[in-house]
Parts: sequence; C-alpha cells; structure tokens
Amino acid sequence: MYNFSDLSKAVIAGQESKVKELTQAAINGGAEPLAIINEGLIAGMNVVGARFKSGEMFVPEVLVAARSMGAGVAMVKPLLLGQEVPSSGKVLIGTVKGDLHDIGKNLVALMLESGGFDVVNLGIDLAPDKFVAAVKEYQPQVIGLSALLTTTMLVMKDVIELLKEEGLRDRVKVIIGGAPISYDFSSEIGADGFAPDAATAVDLCRKLLA
Amino acid sequence: MLIVGELINTSRQLVKAAVEAQDAAYVKQLANNEVEAGANYVDINCGTKVHNEPETMQWLVETVQSVVSVPLCIDTPNPKAMDVGLALAKNGQPMINSITAEKERFQAILPMVLKHKAKVVALCMDDSGMPETADDRKGIVRRLVGDLTAKGVPEDDIYLDPLVKPVSTSNEAGLEVLETVSFIHDKFPGVHTICGLSNISFGLPNRQVLNRLFMVQTMTVGMDAYILDPLDKVIMGFVYASQALLGKDPFCGQYLVAHRNGLYE
Repeated sequence: MYNFSDLSKAVIAGQESKVKELTQAAINGGAEPLAIINEGLIAGMNVVGARFKSGEMFVPEVLVAARSMGAGVAMVKPLLLGQEVPSSGKVLIGTVKGDLHDIGKNLVALMLESGGFDVVNLGIDLAPDKFVAAVKEYQPQVIGLSALLTTTMLVMKDVIELLKEEGLRDRVKVIIGGAPISYDFSSEIGADGFAPDAATAVDLCRKLLA
Repeated sequence: MLIVGELINTSRQLVKAAVEAQDAAYVKQLANNEVEAGANYVDINCGTKVHNEPETMQWLVETVQSVVSVPLCIDTPNPKAMDVGLALAKNGQPMINSITAEKERFQAILPMVLKHKAKVVALCMDDSGMPETADDRKGIVRRLVGDLTAKGVPEDDIYLDPLVKPVSTSNEAGLEVLETVSFIHDKFPGVHTICGLSNISFGLPNRQVLNRLFMVQTMTVGMDAYILDPLDKVIMGFVYASQALLGKDPFCGQYLVAHRNGLYE
C-alpha cells in the first residue's frame, strides 16, 4: 500500500508545487492512478471541506486547495487509459432567471467537483426551460438552484413545477441555496433539500444519493 | 456623510418575528435607536416576505414613521412593494434602494424616482452580469449617470453603489472598488457614492475588522454614504473619527460629540 498522507496534507495546505511533486513521486512509485486521486487528492479535499464547514478553514484556503488538487488530478488523468474516475454522482447547477449572482454558486460547484461529483455548471440568469432542457440532456441525479434575490427565489418553484409537468421530477433531486433561502422555503416549494453553505451542499448531495 | 440604518430588514430573525407578531413596539424601538445612534435615513427591507411584501412594507413604513422624523430608504427590487412604500413615505425626501443599469429594472424604477423626486441608490450592474474590474464598473457608471441625469434626476440625488464583491474570492475585489470610487469622485464630483459593508468580508473570519477598515479606505477616496448598523458603536466611532481626519468635520465637532456619547469607551 502506497502511503498518501503527505499528498493529502499538501492538498490541505494548498501547496500546488508540492502536490505536483508528490503526485509525480506516487506515479513513479507505482501507485494505482485511481488510488492517487481517491486516497490522496480527494481525501485531502474532504478534510478541507470538513474544516471549512466547522469554521477552521476559509474560502481563500478552499480555493487554493482545490486548485492544487486539480493540478494533481490533471497529471494522473492521462494515466487512467480509458478507466473512468468513479463519480459520486452528476450535479447540474445554475442561478435562476433574473439573478446574476454567481460567487456562491461557483463555490458550491467547486466543492462538489472536489468531492468527486461530476458538475455541469450552467451559469446564471437561467429560465426554468433551460434547467429542464439541461436535465434531459445531462441526466443528472441532482440539480442545484441558486438565488440571491428575494424577487428571484420564487423562480425556483417554477423550475420544480416545470420538472413535474415534464414528468422529470421523480428522476432528479432538487436542492436550493442562496442568502435569502431557508429550510422552510425549501419545504414550501417542494425541494429535496437546502444547504446554507458550500460544504453542507456536498454533504447534502451525498446524503440524497446514498 | 449620510448614514442609512440597515436594521429594519426581515431577513433578520428578530425583525421577522416582530413582523409576524405585528409587534409594533419592537419595530418602533429599533427605528428610534437607529436614529438616536446617528442614522440619517432608516432603511426598510421586507424582501423575504415574498408572499405579502407590499402589505408588510405598508405596515413597516407606517409603524416606523409613527415614531421617527427622518426620511426612509425603501429597499426592494420589487416594484410593487417599492410603489407602496414610496406612496406612504412622508418624512422629507425618500431614498430608493435600488435601480441598476439592467434594462427592465431601470425602466421599472425610473418613473418612481421621478414621481417621488427621490434620492436613488444606483447599483453598478447591467444585463451582462456583475462587473469584475474597475473598468467594467466605470462603463456602467457613465451610463447610469448619463441616463439618470438625461431623464431629469439631479446629480445630487444619485448615490452610486460600486458593487462590492468578496475579497476572499478575488484578490483585487477591494482595489477595484477603491479605483471606481476615485474615478467617480474625480469625473462626477456632483454625484454621491454609497455601499453596504458586509460583502467585502464574505468567506473570511473577523468580518467586522474588514468591514470597518473598508469603510475607512472607501471614505478616504471619497465615499460619502454607507448602509450600516448604526448601533455598532465601533463603526460609528470610526465614521466620525475618519471624517475628522479627512478634514470634513470642522473643529472636530462631530468627533467630540461622539466622544461625549461614549463611542470610544
């Protein structure tokens, strides 16, 4: 068994050059490519997620950690030779129509990707039919809706209603988030879940797909 | 310097509870406290009451105006609630928060600015999304000032909000705003600049430290209005001290009043 703890630690510390160096060492040492990703790189990022959630680590540290992890993954991917990285699930994410906010939504996307999910980031200002078309195209298990305005949060309900009309509601879990969103609101509009921050969103997706 | 007190906002749990219980006494006390602490305007935001925002706006405006004589800042992206709030606002010149360069929103809000001869917070964003750089913001500033004044809004009634983004996700977020405020101060000396302070510190610990320092930094390059919690003694103390240091407080009068009011304990 290859010991990945130093690699994980380098990811947690966001030391990109050290991550690259240790990833190369692991490759040279004959470690399984998938093990490097899962037990080294993603394992480190999981610690970052937990510390972020508990308030021990902060947004800029999450960003550099994710970047350093990405650098390692990019080195390992060509060695997979057609093997797929096992995905935790596919998540579509976007900000609803009339709303141009993207910082929080992009953080959630980044944390999900770092947690091993396939993420399709659809962008901002998306009408319900855009979400529905994307659900048909990408067949995700989860769809994440973001709204930062009290005038746009009601569009989330429109998305859910349109998914029902199209007969897609049972095939996809809907989770929502954004500054004005609450657990009560998510229940009221019939969403499957609400997360107050990016790390919780990852936990929520894992729970919904367990 | 113009201070807009931000506390009457239904996204705050105690205000939400007071609205639901129709607890006028709590709302009155809060509004009174804000004004006594130095707020020149009292902001009213009930955007979280998505199903009955206009009714809630009416109740809040009437309740607040029954005890304070300063004008109100009607804070909502919902034109209906805005209209209700403005129609009832009777304490001097109301303020609208906010208009943007987004086509629909500009057209929906502009008639209300004109009808009520209101001051207006103009947020630096347009249909292309949130601005990243100072140059993005400068383009929107030129358009907003040009379009608003062309329609008859006096420069003195325009409060440009440069749109503050978190420094946690972009290294230059603070600098872009400082450069934008300097630009506005230089090119459009007749208009005002305003912002809230909490966006800058999103995602970081010790947010109050960043918020307070960012207020001082923006004030140094010409910002002259803030939407903040006036019951935060430290930040109000910083407002007066910073004004004095920037030569905007003759004989340090306000600073000394603040001292006697115990803001520097």
